[in-house]
Amino acid sequence: MPRTLDSRGWGPTIGRRSLLLASGAAAAALAIRAPRAAPVRTGARIVVAGAGAAGLAAASRLARELEGATITLIDQRKPHLYQPGFTLVAAGLKPKEYVIGETRAFVPPGATLIEEGVAEFDPDGKKVVTDSGRAVAYDFLVLATGLQLDYGAIEGMDVARIGRDGLGSVYASPDAALATWQAMSAFADRGGVALFGRPATEMKCAGAPLKYAFLTDDILRRRGNRGRAELIYNAHNNALFSVPIVSERVRMLYQEREVKVNYGHQLQAIDLGRRIATFSTAQGPKELPYDFINVVPPMRAPQAVRNSPLGWRSGPWQADGWAEVDRHTLRHARYPEVFAVGDVAGVPKGKTAASVKWQVPVAVDHLVATIAGRESTARYNGYTSCPLITRIGRAMLVEFDYQDNLVPSFPGVIAPLDELWITWVMKEVALKPTYLAMLRGQA
Amino acid sequence: MKDLDLFVFVAVFQEMLGAFLWIGLGAVALVALLFVWLLLRERGMAAGRLVRSELVGLVGGVLAILVMQAVTHSGFSDIGGPIDWVLVALIWLAGFVIATLAAYVGFGLLALRRSAPVTGRPLQKPA
Repeated sequence: MPRTLDSRGWGPTIGRRSLLLASGAAAAALAIRAPRAAPVRTGARIVVAGAGAAGLAAASRLARELEGATITLIDQRKPHLYQPGFTLVAAGLKPKEYVIGETRAFVPPGATLIEEGVAEFDPDGKKVVTDSGRAVAYDFLVLATGLQLDYGAIEGMDVARIGRDGLGSVYASPDAALATWQAMSAFADRGGVALFGRPATEMKCAGAPLKYAFLTDDILRRRGNRGRAELIYNAHNNALFSVPIVSERVRMLYQEREVKVNYGHQLQAIDLGRRIATFSTAQGPKELPYDFINVVPPMRAPQAVRNSPLGWRSGPWQADGWAEVDRHTLRHARYPEVFAVGDVAGVPKGKTAASVKWQVPVAVDHLVATIAGRESTARYNGYTSCPLITRIGRAMLVEFDYQDNLVPSFPGVIAPLDELWITWVMKEVALKPTYLAMLRGQA
Repeated sequence: MKDLDLFVFVAVFQEMLGAFLWIGLGAVALVALLFVWLLLRERGMAAGRLVRSELVGLVGGVLAILVMQAVTHSGFSDIGGPIDWVLVALIWLAGFVIATLAAYVGFGLLALRRSAPVTGRPLQKPA
């Protein structure tokens, strides 16, 4: 018998009495909230391509701020994945189910979900075409397709073998995160050489590969096997993190934890049988043997976006097809009725759930303002954050903007570059509820 | 944090605890109401009972910290800075206050039950 899910898509069903209690208290909370602007009446057709974190959050806000609009979400994936939790699954701290929800449970009332992929974007004809050939016309498009993990770009890589022969890769899926934990745990019992790193492309949560090296170090120490292991982090360029002050802090911590660092190393091939990874370096290809490796593949815009006119036509984001949007408004440079939010947006940094939380209200405000015939002053300053786990029980609350400035939410209270328990507690206890509230347009 | 108003706070806690948020808040409200009711009924605080309740509260505070550590896979060795000690103190304080109030109410209700008459209203003699 299938497990009954509540309206959140997570956890067991709650009783009617509890719901009544909840709704009463929620009504009280609503009553004490500052009044919101009345919904804007419109007959606009809005397509939200992608029903991940960005798509659902955008649809929820649009449904609340517009009245009479036709909002259509298009996404073929039925489960909703809480990706910030993948690292915790891959560290053996949370079960696989922790990161799996149900997309449909977060679709706001009044919006429609088409459970198909988008095969084609036609911004000139103002329509998208689904995998089955169904054309969906729009007045506004919110591009929230996420990105594509390009495992095929690493010669010899086989996603089906994650979890075996020391091969880990946290990103591929909840199953892969769990299999990575099994491979890392086996390594932590034996010791040997572990390789970490990141691709040279833009990537989601650039802190995640760093965290995983920290977690592996911690688990080795807890099992008394740190002396039998060598950990090597392969940075794709000459830094560990794009924000210099954070990069330097991680360098110091890696030195303290005896994690070696190779700069300018990009994974290009892997021999899964012989356990040898080949990196491209300035000196040519370099082979490194391993007993455990966490593979982070190159990341690109999805094929349909890359095939469309929506991507950048020049500059660093052209090759991988990221959508050409204004970095402060998320509005497309050539198609003003198109906005891109989340991973697919061609903006510096910002491929995290925290970025989504700050991008979506800005993009939605500009879209609604266009409908209402007013000017929006909302601006996205590149804010993103990363609870950078440095061991089980401690993390650094790193928050920054486009200019690499640290922008702490709690200045003078939670120091961004200190390893703190409070940050870890937030990551474990508060982050997912905040994320879920964001999906519903409430946070 | 952006838009950190009470509504967001409630929404996040609702996602975190589900129905338990309201059950928990309801239980705390009930204990607080019973506490006030006891104060009014007894026309003041019972000093001996308060001391006993505070002893329970001390344990309640420690339990609250241990529960938080168990839930977050962490321990005292993870405390890394002054704000962590503040958090520990706040968690302890919350556990202490709730456990003290609950114990005071519990002891008070037990005392009332003991002092209540065993039988009800005496039967009226037939005329």
